[in-house]
Amino acid sequence: MPTVSMTVNGKTVSADVEPRTLLVQYLREHLGLTGTHVGCDTSQCGACVVHMNGESLKSCTILAAQAEGADVTTIEGLANGDELHPMQEAFRENHGLQCGFCTPGMVMSALDLVQKNPDPSEREVREWLEGNLCRCTGYHNIVKSILAGAEALRG
Amino acid sequence: MSDTGIGASVKRVEDLRFLTGNGNYTDDINRPGQSHAWLLRSPHAHAKINAIDTSKAEAAEGVLAVLTGADMAADGVGGLPCGWQIHSKDGEPMAEPAHPPLAVDKVRHVGDQVAIVIAETRDAARDAAELIEVDYTVLDAVTDMDTALAGKTLVHDDVPNNRCFDWEIGDKDAVDEAFAKADKVVSIDLSNNRLIPNAMEPRAAISDFDRTTGRYTLYTTTQNPHVIRLLMGAFVLQIPEHKLRVVAPDVGGGFGSKIFHYAEEAILTWAAAKVNRPIKWTAERTESFMTDAHGRDHETHAELALDGDGKFLGLRVATKANLGAYLSTFGSSVPTYLYATLLAGVYTTPAIYAEVQTVFTNTVPVDAYRGAGRPECTYLLERLVTKAARETGLDPAEIRKRNMIQPDQYPYQTPVALQYDCGDVPASFESALKAADYDGFEKRRADAEKNGKLRGIGISTYVEACGIAPSAVAGALGARAGLYESAQVRVHPTGSVTVYTGTHSHGQGHETTFAQLVSESFGIPADQVEVSHGDTDQVQFGMGTYGSRSLAVGGPAILKACNKVIDKAKKIAAHIMEADVSDIEFADGKFTVAGTDKEMAFGEVSLAAYVPHNYPIEEIEPGLDENAFYDPLNFSFPGGAHICEVEVDPDTGDVEVVNFTAVDDVGRVVNPMIVEGQVHGGLAQGVGQAVLEGCVYDDDGQLLTGSYMDYTMPRADDLPSFSVATQSVMGASNPLEVKGVGEVGAIGSPPAVINAILDALAPLGVEDISMPATSHKVWQAIQASSVRQAAE
Repeated sequence: MPTVSMTVNGKTVSADVEPRTLLVQYLREHLGLTGTHVGCDTSQCGACVVHMNGESLKSCTILAAQAEGADVTTIEGLANGDELHPMQEAFRENHGLQCGFCTPGMVMSALDLVQKNPDPSEREVREWLEGNLCRCTGYHNIVKSILAGAEALRG
Repeated sequence: MSDTGIGASVKRVEDLRFLTGNGNYTDDINRPGQSHAWLLRSPHAHAKINAIDTSKAEAAEGVLAVLTGADMAADGVGGLPCGWQIHSKDGEPMAEPAHPPLAVDKVRHVGDQVAIVIAETRDAARDAAELIEVDYTVLDAVTDMDTALAGKTLVHDDVPNNRCFDWEIGDKDAVDEAFAKADKVVSIDLSNNRLIPNAMEPRAAISDFDRTTGRYTLYTTTQNPHVIRLLMGAFVLQIPEHKLRVVAPDVGGGFGSKIFHYAEEAILTWAAAKVNRPIKWTAERTESFMTDAHGRDHETHAELALDGDGKFLGLRVATKANLGAYLSTFGSSVPTYLYATLLAGVYTTPAIYAEVQTVFTNTVPVDAYRGAGRPECTYLLERLVTKAARETGLDPAEIRKRNMIQPDQYPYQTPVALQYDCGDVPASFESALKAADYDGFEKRRADAEKNGKLRGIGISTYVEACGIAPSAVAGALGARAGLYESAQVRVHPTGSVTVYTGTHSHGQGHETTFAQLVSESFGIPADQVEVSHGDTDQVQFGMGTYGSRSLAVGGPAILKACNKVIDKAKKIAAHIMEADVSDIEFADGKFTVAGTDKEMAFGEVSLAAYVPHNYPIEEIEPGLDENAFYDPLNFSFPGGAHICEVEVDPDTGDVEVVNFTAVDDVGRVVNPMIVEGQVHGGLAQGVGQAVLEGCVYDDDGQLLTGSYMDYTMPRADDLPSFSVATQSVMGASNPLEVKGVGEVGAIGSPPAVINAILDALAPLGVEDISMPATSHKVWQAIQASSVRQAAE
């Protein structure tokens, strides 16, 4: 089995994995980072969104081996100790989550949006979320959370 | 009063773990020595199994066992039971064909389980499953109900015409009389589209067996762990409760689809003892599409009799409901007691008669999905009433007002069994009309027309029934379970509290809302209260969460236990403060002696209960830990009004929902933030049903909508921001005065959307459209209408 190494949430990690192992499996099953979720098998739902080299990416769409040497951030890497990241805080403040299953992907995706577009309109937020499914919230409070999180991050 | 009590938008305690990736969903759990399962599923909708050769799979690397239905039968494993018995018109009980967890002689839908492979890794199990050779004789499949009822192809050989039952409710003669004297009869034929629930977390399970104690543990994605323990233990595997622990940890959404006892739960639990290893199984999304119970799927013809003033005289309904290939746990109750008993809706229609035939087909079983029967009922009524408005020339708002139950008519006895306890739909309707600026709509229509868009407005008013109970009534109607709820309120020595609830939270925020109830009751901050649910080893027997019952039935159980705590604490306080118990008052977290300045804080009394040095030990026991079970007096009846505005692009048929206003009566609101969130989610599912979602089978029974590339889930850019408000009459059937909010959004919204689309298309002569009103379907309707109009 090939050894795959990368940096995840600032730490260098390494694991021997089958060649067919997806990045999301590497994170969940080999590193125990279960905050990144698998909600589908066709790369539609976005529950598995992480950042790789600064860009959001569905971690079910690439093999772990393709992330060799990459810098990966997962939902577990956002908060600073007990202090939530402003985007996490915005979701909490605006009831942007219910069952919590889509939430890590939503937050990671939202962060990529605001780094590309720091002051998005409601329409731009809704269009950006094309690749993230939520069945609980009707997106109403997710959109509200992302707009509030963007505002907080603009300072 | 604590500022974290009833009525406060307390931020959710659940959120911290979910936002930081520390949720604990079933697939996140791993047991020492765990093996992995893959289920081989039928590729055919209907086939005879002649033989299954597992030898190659068994020999594959890493495989521990390959087991089939024959192995289960040899062990005497029972079939999956149905929890509600319906009787047909003629008094005969419904047909209950066998439902083996692993198929034995036949497969009956695509996705039916044929064998389980257990291996060291999931990939090894999956690879080995491809080596199993199943010799099938493919049979004709039947997917539509009319063909099924013709009976040429039988899903179950022992169920003639594939009819499970033929049920009726109401007074047929009274309805015939009403129609005989009617000035106008309006009729409608419609279907309620089959939906696939799609909780974002796929179903998963981990089973474990401890040989030294003979105890089984099952972690599973369920909404009701005790119900699974009871059904699986008593009916399928014959494991007594004390030897079976069922844990539902964090569950990523349910919407009904995780109520039911699924085959995989029983197969895994049974197999864990055979391989003597924990076994994990997690569904792929494709499996979820093929095996999670689907929702809705009705075909209905209905007729409404009216007098010359537009007053409703009678309603006649004939519905066919698709049950799928097997009776799911509550599949029989959904199209009967959860559907036709609501056919009065919010109206004073004096005579109602409904008949419901249920049909087996070679499709996934159908059961409760958010709303369960009430969305089907509301869709029928609100389409029919809107059609009646059009045919009588009355405004859709006006015809509703003429027929609405007035506030002074409660309690209101309907002609279809239910008695509504309280409500004021005219008030929420007026508020909704105002909030939606109904009177100003024609200007918006004209403005849209200038932009080349067809704008329409649609109304839906509804009442629904939550918290199915009392148990005795449910039992008389065929429920094979009680429908009470339980709570244990354990006050710890220093005054903090753990609440054990028999309900289960999978997004609803019970850990927050239920803590607010205790905060209110004891006058302590909500962060002094922990809510525990989901583990049958920790929590007393409870019925779980569905039918918007948790606050309406589980809430009063908590309140009852809190009151028992307070009663006992008053006796302790009276003893210590040397007063008569009748003089002890409790408010704001303090016990006081009336007319004196003596007081004890809640935490002081709890400490005395656990350190009973100065204590009335001959009168009461130490400790402060109380149980309660609560069985409601009646259903609760949320209701309200939903108004939708759409704009249709006549060139493409594209429908945009531009405004959605909901005013709902949910009784007392404990946490307004959570209540609004529940309504938002329900509305999205309702709009999804109306314009996007629809399960499609081909004639061979192949599921064509088996992935997110084929089944349209509502996305953020399909939906508007919603305007939601509550306007409540306090509930009359439980001491918390709550009614339930989980399903109202999904119940009220679909007809509002379709009525709006038909209003937009009316100038083009389009009179009917079915759900989902996709842009393709709307475009076709526009084309057909223009061709027809040109011909005329």
